[in-house]
Amino acid sequence: MSAEVHGTQKFDATKRTQIVFSASAMALVQKLISNYPKGKEKSALIPVLHIAQAEFGGWLSPEVMDYVASVLQIKPVEVFEVASFYTMFHLKPVGKCVLEVCQTSSCWLNGAEDIVHYIEKKLGIKVGETTPDGMFTLKVAECLGSCGTAPMLQCGASYHENLTYTKVDQILEQYASEGRPRYYTDLDYTNTL
Amino acid sequence: MATTLLLKHIAVPGIKSLDVYRNMGGYASVEKALRTLTPNQVTEEVKKSGLRGRGGAGFPTGMKWGFLAKPEGVPRYLVCNADESEPGTFKDRYLMEHIPHALIEGMITSSYALGARKSYIYIRGEYFYVSRILQHAIDEAYAAGWLGENILGSGFSHDCYVQVGAGAYICGEETALLESLEGKRGNPRIKPPFPAVAGLWGCPTVVNNVETIAAVCPIITMGGEAYSKIGIGKSTGTKLISASGHINKPGVYEIELGLPVEEFIFSDAYCGGIRNGRKLKAVVAGGSSVPILPAELILKTAQGEPRLMSYESLAEGGFQTGTMLGSGGFIVMDDQTSIVKNLLTFARFYHHESCGQCSPCREGTGWMEKLISKFLSGTAHESDVDLLWDIQSKIEGKTICPLGEAAAWPVAAAIRHFKSEFLELARNKSYVEINHYKRLQPVS
Repeated sequence: MSAEVHGTQKFDATKRTQIVFSASAMALVQKLISNYPKGKEKSALIPVLHIAQAEFGGWLSPEVMDYVASVLQIKPVEVFEVASFYTMFHLKPVGKCVLEVCQTSSCWLNGAEDIVHYIEKKLGIKVGETTPDGMFTLKVAECLGSCGTAPMLQCGASYHENLTYTKVDQILEQYASEGRPRYYTDLDYTNTL
Repeated sequence: MATTLLLKHIAVPGIKSLDVYRNMGGYASVEKALRTLTPNQVTEEVKKSGLRGRGGAGFPTGMKWGFLAKPEGVPRYLVCNADESEPGTFKDRYLMEHIPHALIEGMITSSYALGARKSYIYIRGEYFYVSRILQHAIDEAYAAGWLGENILGSGFSHDCYVQVGAGAYICGEETALLESLEGKRGNPRIKPPFPAVAGLWGCPTVVNNVETIAAVCPIITMGGEAYSKIGIGKSTGTKLISASGHINKPGVYEIELGLPVEEFIFSDAYCGGIRNGRKLKAVVAGGSSVPILPAELILKTAQGEPRLMSYESLAEGGFQTGTMLGSGGFIVMDDQTSIVKNLLTFARFYHHESCGQCSPCREGTGWMEKLISKFLSGTAHESDVDLLWDIQSKIEGKTICPLGEAAAWPVAAAIRHFKSEFLELARNKSYVEINHYKRLQPVS
């Protein structure tokens, strides 16, 4: 994690008070915790981090991780060591829509690199960068299990498969007009995750 | 028509729902097991069936179940490995997405055999929408009395939960999966103790792949012996194959084990041949970890026998001239494919996915990626092939979990069968990236 991210937000007491799960998110967190035996609440950590990321701006700030630790009654370091291990958790701010283009074998064989170049040109950013308006972050991903429908990209909770340049145009337009992707928390989730 | 068991009703409209699934004979294995068989008899049927783990290792499922410790007063767990992440593999996703009840039914029947009161389906985080489909199926099953207390009045009660991961290939390794399920980093555990003795929260646990658990349903319904007659030799039953790459019809196919590889690639019933009239160059037959084979060795063994889609036939000739069935991730490459560049995508994958616990894997995967990149950027020397060989040989067998082997084997196989491609790149500095997107567009 970069020092500046930690530095600018660490002591922001006003922000800290804003970090509270909405009632519906909290209900889901409680439901998730009840999936595990008593004393094993920590098992809910990964699903709860998904909820936190969707609730608090698409990434996990130190404050958000501390909050999750307090909810699950575990140590902050236990949250950080997990959040930093898994690819789907972002520890730095990202654009509203994170485009993750799969680049492993089957996707490469079907032109994933060309899709990446096309998006780079179209958005005027390189892999790893975010557009100046904060709308799109472009990333490459390792195998997303969509090899038979390659090339593909994931954005939020959606898979976009059998990509063509035309399809990419449509996807980008759609996200630009909707303002953000479907998050995990958007999906009907009475007791999902 | 070839035998299909898992995908038999894939084309039936509404098969995703409990009602339609039930009308097509679904949940018969739960009925049969709970009403007429003891848990041990269910395990015996699975043993008789010859079912082998469908996640990649091919270990006999009945035997794995037999290892489960059963101390008094300690809960036992069944955990379904739905962390499908092996490049080239997407069969579990297909099955769960389209026939989710096949997995839920298998979870109940298997849990009855194992005496598990609770089970967990650990699914990779990227498959989030599939986890919702599973959850919906679970809700339906609860409402219909297939899950919950005293199922079918048998006295057997069971709860099934879905948990999502968050993007880590290593969590497909069973002990890493258990760590992740416990809310930790996915670092594989040192074995022994095996999960059968100390698994989830230290309790005896069986971890099985999605397809393995789903296969328990037809096994119990038709009987283990009848199932064992499907397939060939010790490769019994059917297998889901994820076909991708340069073929006309990518997708998931259920094959009876023993199908000739040539038929699988070229028949219109399966892959439908190579796209755009190109020639077959090479195949990765069982997911990225297994050795790549050139066309002549994937179609026929070194002895000139036709190669079959079975555990034994694909392994015929060992790693010198054979490969493995693995997860059934079947990646086909045409004659314009750079084997070295494809290998780079694998090496990059393993470098990215190494958990970092063991030095040979953590460092070695990075070195391999860098070295392979040199061949493509025109900065490699001929001797770098030997160096690459040397590095891969020092990873294999020296790590806690098999990710080390998984990373080393594809490198070894690419050098074994396509050394000339490496040497040519080193000599001529001649790599030119092909625009696969453009060349694969259908000619109109």
